[in-house]
Amino acid sequence: MIRLQNVSKIYPNQTRPALNDVSVEIGKGEFVFLVGQSGSGKSTFLRLVLKEERATSGEVHVAGKDLARLSSWKVPALRRQVGTVFQDFRLLPNKTVSENVAFALEVIGRPRQQILKVVPEVLDLVGLKGKERRRPDELSGGEQQRVAIARAFVNRPMILIADEPTGNLDPLTSVGIMRLLDRINRTGTTVVMATHDDDIVDQMRRRVIELESGRLVRDQSRGVYGYSH
Amino acid sequence: MRATFIVNEIGIGLRRNLTMTVAMIVTTAVSLGFLGTAVLFNQQVSVMKDFWYDKVEVSIFLCGPDPAEGTAGSCAGGEVTQDQRDSISADLQKLPEVDKVYYESKQQAFIHFKEQFKNSAIVDNVTPDQMPESYRVKLSDPQEFPIIASAFAGRPGVDEVQDQKALLEKFFKVLNWVQWFATGLALLMILVSVTLIVNTIRVAAFSRRRETGIMKLVGASNFSIQLPFLLEGAISGLLGAVLASGSFVLIKSVLVDKLLAPNFPIARFIGWDAVWLSSGIVVVAGVALAALASFFALFKYLRV
Repeated sequence: MIRLQNVSKIYPNQTRPALNDVSVEIGKGEFVFLVGQSGSGKSTFLRLVLKEERATSGEVHVAGKDLARLSSWKVPALRRQVGTVFQDFRLLPNKTVSENVAFALEVIGRPRQQILKVVPEVLDLVGLKGKERRRPDELSGGEQQRVAIARAFVNRPMILIADEPTGNLDPLTSVGIMRLLDRINRTGTTVVMATHDDDIVDQMRRRVIELESGRLVRDQSRGVYGYSH
Repeated sequence: MRATFIVNEIGIGLRRNLTMTVAMIVTTAVSLGFLGTAVLFNQQVSVMKDFWYDKVEVSIFLCGPDPAEGTAGSCAGGEVTQDQRDSISADLQKLPEVDKVYYESKQQAFIHFKEQFKNSAIVDNVTPDQMPESYRVKLSDPQEFPIIASAFAGRPGVDEVQDQKALLEKFFKVLNWVQWFATGLALLMILVSVTLIVNTIRVAAFSRRRETGIMKLVGASNFSIQLPFLLEGAISGLLGAVLASGSFVLIKSVLVDKLLAPNFPIARFIGWDAVWLSSGIVVVAGVALAALASFFALFKYLRV
């Protein structure tokens, strides 16, 4: 589903590579934690997968496509297959919960009938039934993240990328979010989650990929956050 | 994307920056107004050219009893004789460039003179005998004046050959300058309004960077991300053009029809077709310029 082969990324005007000769393969339906300190290259990894950045060298394959050869007008099609969730939720404050989720479908031209059908379904799935008409500022952090996950998942992407999705949430709320991501993973969606949260990684016991200064230093199935813990 | 969704987004966008939107529409209207007025002026000048060039004549003034100073050469023989008159007339008729020839006697010239200066005291001091007699020559092509001039200037009995077109040309030269000035002003104003549109759309794109960021994230195409902004620009351009067209209708119905036309019966003025032409030009120019300016503004902002 995601395959990086000897990938390096050096940002302009910087000498130290953000990613240094990383090779990794993530299969369909896997749940992968991407761990490492700030600046270890996690975000660069995710940005490469979304084609927000281009690899300096090496190959990045996502959903069967070589991203280096993907022309820019095909990038939207790629992103429709990759859902994204962020630490800061990125919801539209002047739209309701339903509208926020529907927005993702409106802008890629889905028909009205389909939107009316799938938005309540996905809101039910993430546990926000009954809060469709609320606005983001009327919701708790955990609920806002559920809206963001609903928006990322409503299009049934093959891959869900989550960049520190629990970074702004308390431990109990985080557990709820992890259960939700786990449920999404069980529908067959590949989940890649960058995180700092050692408790979560240790509890979930899933594959762990650790980056350090841009190098891949550990790739462990059913791993824990780090040896020091 | 569905049309209603796009319309909603555009409405939100235009309302969010209401003052900027109003400024954008007004400057567009003013600059397109200048452009269209320049077009109307151009049309007016060509209407006048057609009208007056059609009427211009070449005057061949014949020698009077006491020739004016400086022209004595050809009039050295004193007042024009009947033989000279006849030969001039006969030669004029022979020239293929000549369309029609009228003879204006001293008496007719005196009547015309009295008509032209009827409110002036000068009339009282003039007698028919002081007026020059002349041949009024209508050319099939007003450009052919030099042929007549070379054939008749300096000929015995001919005092002076005068081309009315030369007088008109001085007048049209002035109008030409005014026309260039108006066009230059219009272009300058268009530059101002394009700059303002670019800025307004940039501010709009910036204030909606959240939305556009999410649109990119969920895989909206570049086109559907840019479309609302382009349409916002185009709608402002269209509104500006409609306002400008309104001013052309006012110019025609009030300035031209009510003020100028009744007071200057000797001139002819633009018709409604000129108004529709300038309106068409400013609508197309307004929408195209605004859409182009928006596109230019977004070029950097909204790339994938």
